[in-house]
Amino acid sequence: MMKNVKKRELILFLGPALFFYCVFFVYPMIATIKLSFYETINNDTQNFVGLANFNTLINDPFFSEVFWNALWNNLIFFLFHMFIQNPIGILIALLLVNLSFKAATFYRTAVMLPTMLSFVIVGFIWQLILSPTWGITSILYDVFSIKENTPALLGEESTALITISLVSVWQFIGIPVLLIYAALISINKDILEAIKLEKVGFFKAFFHVHLPMVWPTIALVSILTYVNNFNAFDLIYTVKGPLAGPNFSTDLLGTLFYRTFFGFQLQSGNINLGAAVATAMFLIILIGVSIYLFFVQRRILR
Amino acid sequence: MKRLGLILLAVVGLGASYWSVQKPSTNESNSAKSELIIESWRSDDLAAWNEKILPVFNAQNPNINVVFRPSPATEYNAALNTKLAGGTAGDLITCRPFDASLKLFNEGNLLALNDIAGLKHYSNFAKTAWQTDDLKTTFCIPLASVIHGFIYNQNIFKSLSLQKPKTVDDFYKALDVVSSKGGITPIALGTADQWEAATMGFHNIGVNYWQGEKGRLGLISGKEKLSDKAYVETFTQLEKWAPFMGNGYKAQTYTQSQALFTSGKAAIYPAGSWDIASFNGKVEFEMSAFAPPLPTGQSECFISDHTDIGLGINAKSGKLEAAKKFIEWLTTAEFAQIYANNLPGFFPLSNHEIKIEDPLANEFLSWRQHCKSSIRNSYHILSRGTPNLENEIWNTSAQVLNKSMSPKEAAQQLQKGLDNWYRPN
Repeated sequence: MMKNVKKRELILFLGPALFFYCVFFVYPMIATIKLSFYETINNDTQNFVGLANFNTLINDPFFSEVFWNALWNNLIFFLFHMFIQNPIGILIALLLVNLSFKAATFYRTAVMLPTMLSFVIVGFIWQLILSPTWGITSILYDVFSIKENTPALLGEESTALITISLVSVWQFIGIPVLLIYAALISINKDILEAIKLEKVGFFKAFFHVHLPMVWPTIALVSILTYVNNFNAFDLIYTVKGPLAGPNFSTDLLGTLFYRTFFGFQLQSGNINLGAAVATAMFLIILIGVSIYLFFVQRRILR
Repeated sequence: MKRLGLILLAVVGLGASYWSVQKPSTNESNSAKSELIIESWRSDDLAAWNEKILPVFNAQNPNINVVFRPSPATEYNAALNTKLAGGTAGDLITCRPFDASLKLFNEGNLLALNDIAGLKHYSNFAKTAWQTDDLKTTFCIPLASVIHGFIYNQNIFKSLSLQKPKTVDDFYKALDVVSSKGGITPIALGTADQWEAATMGFHNIGVNYWQGEKGRLGLISGKEKLSDKAYVETFTQLEKWAPFMGNGYKAQTYTQSQALFTSGKAAIYPAGSWDIASFNGKVEFEMSAFAPPLPTGQSECFISDHTDIGLGINAKSGKLEAAKKFIEWLTTAEFAQIYANNLPGFFPLSNHEIKIEDPLANEFLSWRQHCKSSIRNSYHILSRGTPNLENEIWNTSAQVLNKSMSPKEAAQQLQKGLDNWYRPN
C-alpha cells in the first residue's frame, strides 16, 4: 500500500491546504514579527532597530505603564473565565446529564445561544441591561426598595473589568458546557451502572469517576479559554471603545494593539510598535500553549 | 496539479477582470464637458450636495459637471490613500483637518491654493487646519466648522421661569433650580464614551478660560503650560457639573445622552452644532441654545468654532483649471448661503454675511458676532507625539467628571504628557 502513495500524490493532497496556510497564516505572522524589529522613517523606509521596540514597550514609562496594565487586566480577564466560566460549565453539563427533566433539551440549546450572538449585540444588550438610567438593574433596585443609586457597573474603574469579564463568561459558557457534556455522555454505560449498583453518592461519583474521565476535555477547554482570552478584543471595543475606559481599566492586549497599530483619533498608528505588541501577544499565547502541549497533553496521552 | 493551477488562474482572472471593470467607470470623461468628482467621507450630505449645492454651480458653468462621490467615513482615509496611489482618485478632495491633510500635501497629492483669490474671505484661524506649519501655504479651502455650546429645553426653562444663562453664576443657579424640582436631569452628559467629556466639556467651556487663540498659540509657543491656572479652572468647572449629571452618568453613552435630552427628561445638553440636524424633528418641545457661560468678572467671550471640513484639489488631476474655478466658487457668499441652509449645524468659514433659516443653527452662528472663535487646542501640532494630547484630554476630562481625579492632577498629567515629547521652538 505505502508504495503506491507517491510524492506526487502527497503534494496533490497536502499542497492546496499547505499553500493557503502559508500564504494566509505563516507569511503574515513572520512578516509581523519582522516588522517589530524595524522602525519606519519618512513613511516608507524600514530601518532595522533590533529589540528597540520591545525595549520601548517594557522600559519607556509612557508605554510600559499601559502595556503592563493591559497585560494585568488580561490576566484578570482570563482568571475570571478559568475559575468562573469553566466550573459553572462543568456543573451545568453535569446537571444536564444527570437530571432528566423535560426542559433539559431546551435548556441545552438556551445555554448555547449567547455564544452564537454577535459581540455587537451582546455588548449592546448588556449596556442597556446594566444602564443605571433605564436598565433592568435600576428596576430591581426599585423592586427591592434599595434607596441607594444604582451603581454604574460599566462606568466605575473598580467594577468595569469584572463586569465585562462576567458578560463574556455569560456569552461563552456554552462552549465548556457543550464539550464537557459530550465527554460525559460518552462515559462507558457499564461504569455508570456500577455506580448505581454500588449506591455511590453523587459527589463521590463526581470526584472519583466523572471528573477523572473528563480531565482531557477540561484541559482542552482551558487552553481554548487561554488562547481566546489573550486574543480578546471585540467585546471591549464594542462596549468601551478603543480607549477602553474608564482610565484604561478595561484595556486588554487586543485593544492596546489596535490603538498602537491603527492609531486612534489624532494619534497616528505606529505599525512597528503595533507589531511589537502583536508579537508579545503571540509569545504569551505560545508559552501557554507550549506548557499545555509538553506537560498536560503528554500526561493525558500516557 | 494542472487542474489546481487552472482553478487558481480562473480565480485570479476573475479578480482581475472585476478590477478592470471597476476602474474605467470612475475615470470616464467627456471631451466637451469636464467632469469633476468630489471625494468625501460625508455620506450623510450626499443629497444636499447632489440635489441642492452642485446644480447651482453646474448651471452657471455648463462646460463643467461636478459630482459628489462619498465613501464610508471610517474607510475614507485608507480608501483615499489607495486611490491616490493608484491614480484613480477624484479631482476634488474633501480634507480632514490638520495632520491627515498635511501629510497628503507633503506627499504631493494636494495642490497649493495660494493663488485662489477667494482666500481673502477667510480669517487666519479658519485656514490653520489646512496650512503648512509655517502658515505660508494653504492647500485646502476651509469648508465648514462645528460650534460648541449648550442646547436647552425651553419648556422646562419656562415652567421654572428660568432665563437663558449668560454667566457661570447664572448657569449654576439654573442647574440648582432644575435639580431642586426633581425628576429632570439638569445636564445630559455621560462619560462612558470619554470623547463627550473632552469635546462637549473641556473644549466647549475651556476657550473662555484660556482666552481662545491666545491660549492655544501660547501652548504651541511654550509660553503657556497645560498646568496653568486656566486649565485647572476649566477642570474645576467640569468637576462642579458632576452632581447635576444624573444617576449613572459614568455608564451613559453618547446616544443615551442624546435620548435623555430628546425625550424631554433633561434640561441642558452640552452640544456640538452637528447635533442640531439629528435633534430637529425628534423633539416635541422648543429648543434654544446658549454660548459657554462667561466666567465671573470676564466680559470678553470665546467659542470653540472648530474647523472640521476643507476641500482641496488633487494635484494629479488632469482638470486643474475647472477644479480651480470650482474652488473659487466655494469661497463666494452664494455657496456659503446654500451650504449653511442645507446642512444646518455645519457653518461656512468665510466672512460673508449669511442668513440661516434654522433658528437653532442661527443661534449658534450668531455667537460669532460678539465672541472670538478658536479651534480645539490639541488638534494643531500638539497631538503628534506619545502620549497623544487629545487622547489624554479624553481620559482626564472623563476622570475629572467621574471624580476619580482632581482638576489639578488632571492639568498636571496633561502637561507631563506633553513634556515627554514636545519641545516648543
